[in-house]
Amino acid sequence: MRVNDFVVKFANVNGSGSASANRLFARSILRMGVPVSSRNIFPSNIQGLPTWYEVRVSQAGYLGRRGGVDLMVAMNPQTFDADIGEIEAGGHLFYDSTRPIQASRFREDLSVIGMPITRICAERYSDIRQRQLFKNIIYVGALAELLGIEAEVTADLVRELFKRKAKLIEPNIEALDVGREFATRELAGAVDLAIERADAVGDRIFLEGNNAAGLGCVYGGATVAAWYPITPSTSLAEAFERHCRKYRVDPDSGKNRYAVVQAEDELASIGMVVGATWNGARAFTATAGPGISLMQEFIGLAYFAEIPAVIFDVQRGGPSTGMPTRTQQSDILFCAYASHGDTKHVLLFPDDPAETFALSADAFDIADRLQTPVFVMLDLDIGMNEWLCEPLTWDKDRAYDRGKVLSAEDLEAAREFGRYVDTDGDGIGARTYPGTHPTRGAFFTRGSSHNRYARYSEDGADYVENMQRLQRKFETAKSVVPAPVIKRAGERTPFGAIFYGSTAPAMAEALDSLSALGIRLDTLRIRAFPFHDDVAAFAMEHDHVFVVEQNRDGQMRALLINEEGLDPARLTPVLHYNGTPITARFITAEIVRLCRELGSTKDAAE
Amino acid sequence: MTFIAKPKFHHPALPKNDLGLTHRDYEGSVSTLCAGCGHDSISAAIIQACWELDLPPHRVAKMSGIGCSSKTPTYFLGQSHGFNSVHGRMPTVATGASLANRDLVYLGVSGDGDSASIGLSHFANCFRRGVKLVYIVENNGVYGLTKGQFSATADIGSVSKAGAPNTDEPIDLVSLAILLGATFVARGFSGDKTQLVPLIKSAINHRGIAFIDCISPCVAFNNHPGSTKSFDYVREHNDAVNMLDVIEGRDEILADYDQGDAIDVTQHDGSVLRLRKLHESYDPSDRLGAMDYIQNRQAAGEVVTGLLYLNESPGDLNDRMKTVDEPLNALSERELCPGPDALDAINAGLR
Repeated sequence: MRVNDFVVKFANVNGSGSASANRLFARSILRMGVPVSSRNIFPSNIQGLPTWYEVRVSQAGYLGRRGGVDLMVAMNPQTFDADIGEIEAGGHLFYDSTRPIQASRFREDLSVIGMPITRICAERYSDIRQRQLFKNIIYVGALAELLGIEAEVTADLVRELFKRKAKLIEPNIEALDVGREFATRELAGAVDLAIERADAVGDRIFLEGNNAAGLGCVYGGATVAAWYPITPSTSLAEAFERHCRKYRVDPDSGKNRYAVVQAEDELASIGMVVGATWNGARAFTATAGPGISLMQEFIGLAYFAEIPAVIFDVQRGGPSTGMPTRTQQSDILFCAYASHGDTKHVLLFPDDPAETFALSADAFDIADRLQTPVFVMLDLDIGMNEWLCEPLTWDKDRAYDRGKVLSAEDLEAAREFGRYVDTDGDGIGARTYPGTHPTRGAFFTRGSSHNRYARYSEDGADYVENMQRLQRKFETAKSVVPAPVIKRAGERTPFGAIFYGSTAPAMAEALDSLSALGIRLDTLRIRAFPFHDDVAAFAMEHDHVFVVEQNRDGQMRALLINEEGLDPARLTPVLHYNGTPITARFITAEIVRLCRELGSTKDAAE
Repeated sequence: MTFIAKPKFHHPALPKNDLGLTHRDYEGSVSTLCAGCGHDSISAAIIQACWELDLPPHRVAKMSGIGCSSKTPTYFLGQSHGFNSVHGRMPTVATGASLANRDLVYLGVSGDGDSASIGLSHFANCFRRGVKLVYIVENNGVYGLTKGQFSATADIGSVSKAGAPNTDEPIDLVSLAILLGATFVARGFSGDKTQLVPLIKSAINHRGIAFIDCISPCVAFNNHPGSTKSFDYVREHNDAVNMLDVIEGRDEILADYDQGDAIDVTQHDGSVLRLRKLHESYDPSDRLGAMDYIQNRQAAGEVVTGLLYLNESPGDLNDRMKTVDEPLNALSERELCPGPDALDAINAGLR
C-alpha cells in the first residue's frame, strides 16, 4: 500500500465541467492534512479538446511534478490509449466501463478499475447537462472512497464551494455519495494507494500565482491597470479588478480608488501604464510573450526617459503564437534586453505564488526607486495553477517607497532642478509630477536623446554621459533587487546548480533524489536580474554548475555568461521545454547522466 | 543642437491676464520648424487660448507622439510638463495620465501620420472611452520629417511636390471622431487664427474628449499647386459653418442675439460658447447630420471648418470608471493598502 505519496492524473474533455470536480479532489486531500500540488494541462480551446489535471500527493512536501502517473482517471476516449501508456508499471487505470472496451487496449501490468459512470448518470438524471456535470462529481466520490478520503471532508468542501448557490449543495453531495456507494459495493480493495490523515500542510494556503500577483498589486498600491486579454495572463488582471472591487472602493462616496482599462492592444496597455506612472500613479500591465513583443518600443522609452512601470510576463510556450496554454521560461533574454538600442531591464523571478505576492508588491517600490520598468517573470505553471505555499504576509507599518520625487516645498528649497542630474552618484535623478509647482520643476519627457536638464540634445557628450549614468543606475539596482537564495549541500562539492522561478519545487525533490544517489549539489536560486554579486561568486566556487531552466536555448545561462563574464564551459545547461512543467525525475536523470559524462571525460583526460 | 532658449526680456507694457501673466509666460523655446510652417501658427493659437483662459501653465500637461507636429509642445507652455512619447501612441499615454490625475488639462498634439496611420487604433479608442483630453491633429497630408511622403489624410488626386498624385482614399479624421464618440469635434485652419483660438478655448473647457483637426499646410513639402492641403487651396475652399466666441462667466450671457444667427451653449465650467451660424442649416448638435454635411461637402472638394459636433452633456473616462474625486496619484498606502488583517482573512479562505 502506497500511502500519501503518488500521482493521480485526470484525462478529460475540456468544457465538460471537470476542472471544478478535479479541484475538489485535490483540495479534499489537502484537508486530510496531506500536501498536494495540482497542474492543469489544457488546450487553447473552449470545448471539446483533451485536457488533463495532474495531482501530486506528497506527504514529504514535494510540490513539483514528479513525472509518471500511478492512477490514471481516463475519462477521454480521444486520448485513452496514450493515457494508458503513461501509467507507471503496476499502476492503476480508472475508466468509464459503460461501453465495453477491447481487452487488448489495456496493459497487463495495470490494475484496471471500471465504473459504468455514464450508465449510472443516465439512470439517475434526465437532464443532459446534469448527466455530464454529475459524472465528474460521481467519479470524485468513487475515488475519494477508494483512497480513504473522509466523506465529511468532501461534503464540507462542497458546502464551501456552493456557499452562494445553496441549492446546488445537496445534489452535489448526493452525487459524491453515489460514487462512494458504488466504490464500496463494487470496487473495495481495488487500489493499493491510500490517503491517510496527516499533519503536513500546516497553515499553508492553496493559491494561483496570477491571483497572488493581482493581490500584490493591490497591496503594492497600483491604481491604474491597463491590459489586453492574453493567455496565460488574463486571470492576473481580472484578479486585480476583483480584489479592487472588494478593497478599493471608497466607503463614503462608493467611488473607486482604481481604474482598470482593457486596452485595444498591448501597445496601448503599456502606453497607458507609462502615462499613468509618469503622472505619479502606480500602474502595471499583465501580458505574455506576444504582448511583450508588441510593447518593445514603449519599454525602450520607459528605460531611456526613466519612467517606472511594472510589467507582468506570464510566460508561455514561444516563439510566435507557440503553445499559448503551455508553460515555459523562454522570455528571459528578450525581457532583459527589451527594445532597440542599448537597454537593460530589471527582472524578478518569484518561485511560487506566495513569493509572487511579495515580489509583485515590491516591484512597485523597485520601479519607483529606480525609475525604470520592472518585469515580474511568472509563467503559466505558477500563474494558472494552484500551489501550496506559505500564507501571505504584510508588515502593517510598511510605507510605499516612491523614490526620488520632489514636492512643491522641495522645489522651493532647491537651488536648481535638473531631471537627470545625478546628485547622489547612484545614477538616479529626482523627478517631479506634472502640476507640482507653478514655476519650478517642469521638464520635458522624451525618448529622443537629452541632456541632464531633459532638453533635447544631439551632442555626443551629452548622450554618452546619459548612457553611462543609466549603466550606473543598473549597478545601483543590484542592491535594490532581492538577493539569490543559496543552499549548501553540507559538504564540499564540485557541483552546483542554478535555477529560478517555477523550477524550484521539482528542483527540491531532485536534490533529494540525487543525494540518495550520492550526488550532492549546492544550489542557488536566482530571484532577480541584474545579478547580485553572489551569483558569479557561486559559479566560481564550483567546477560544474548546472543551469536548470525551461527553454531550449539556455537563456539564463546565456545571460550569466554575457553579464558576468563566466566561462561557458563552467555552466552546463539542463533544459526542459516541451511545454509541460519540468519534473524532478527529468532533472535527476539529466544531472546523473551529465555527472557520468563529466566523470568519464575526466577519466579520459587523466 | 535643436534646443534654443527664448530670451526672457519683453516689453514692459505687455497685457496681463487674471493670473498676472503675460503672453510670454505661455511661450516655450524657439521653434525649429521651417519658416512659415502652419504648426507654428497653431502653437501661437494655443498660447493665446491658454493665456486668455487664465490657465495656470503648470496645470497643463502636453502630450505628443512623433513627427513635426509632435515636436511643437516644446514651443509653447514652457512651464508645463511635456511628454513627447512614441509614434502614434500619444492617446494611450494621455489615457494613463488622465486616469492618474483627473485634475490637469491634457493637451495632446499629434499629426496626420501619427493619428491616421500608425496610431489610428489609439485615435479611435480614446474617443470611444472619452478620455479627458484636448486632441489636436496638425494635419498637413504629408510626412514632413521624412521629407514629403503622402499620409493617410491626403486626398485622392492631390499631387506630391514631385508631381505624383495620391491614389488612396483619405481618412477623414473629423467624421471618424464623430462616429467614434468624440463629444466635441472641430476643424480649424492654421491660417485662420480668429477661428482657431476660440475653438481651442472651448475645447479646453469641454469636459469630455475634444478633437480639433487643424489643417496646417507643410510649407516644405505640401504647399504647391495641385495639393489640397496648401494655404491657397484651403483658403479658396474653406467652408466655415460657424464662428465661435467663448464667453467666460455666467453674467455675460445677457448680450442678446438674433435667434437663428447664433446659439449659446453653456459648457460644464460655466463658460458659454456663442456659435454664430454661417450656414443656416448647420446644426452641430445633430450627429448624423454633421457627418452627412461634412461628407457631402468633402466630396465637392470643400474643407468644412468650425465647430462641427458638440455633445452638450459629455462625460469622461474617469466619470465612467467612477474613480474617486481625488486624483489617484495623490492616494497613499492609507487609502490603497488593505493591510495585514485583510490578508489574514484572505489566507483563511485559501485553506
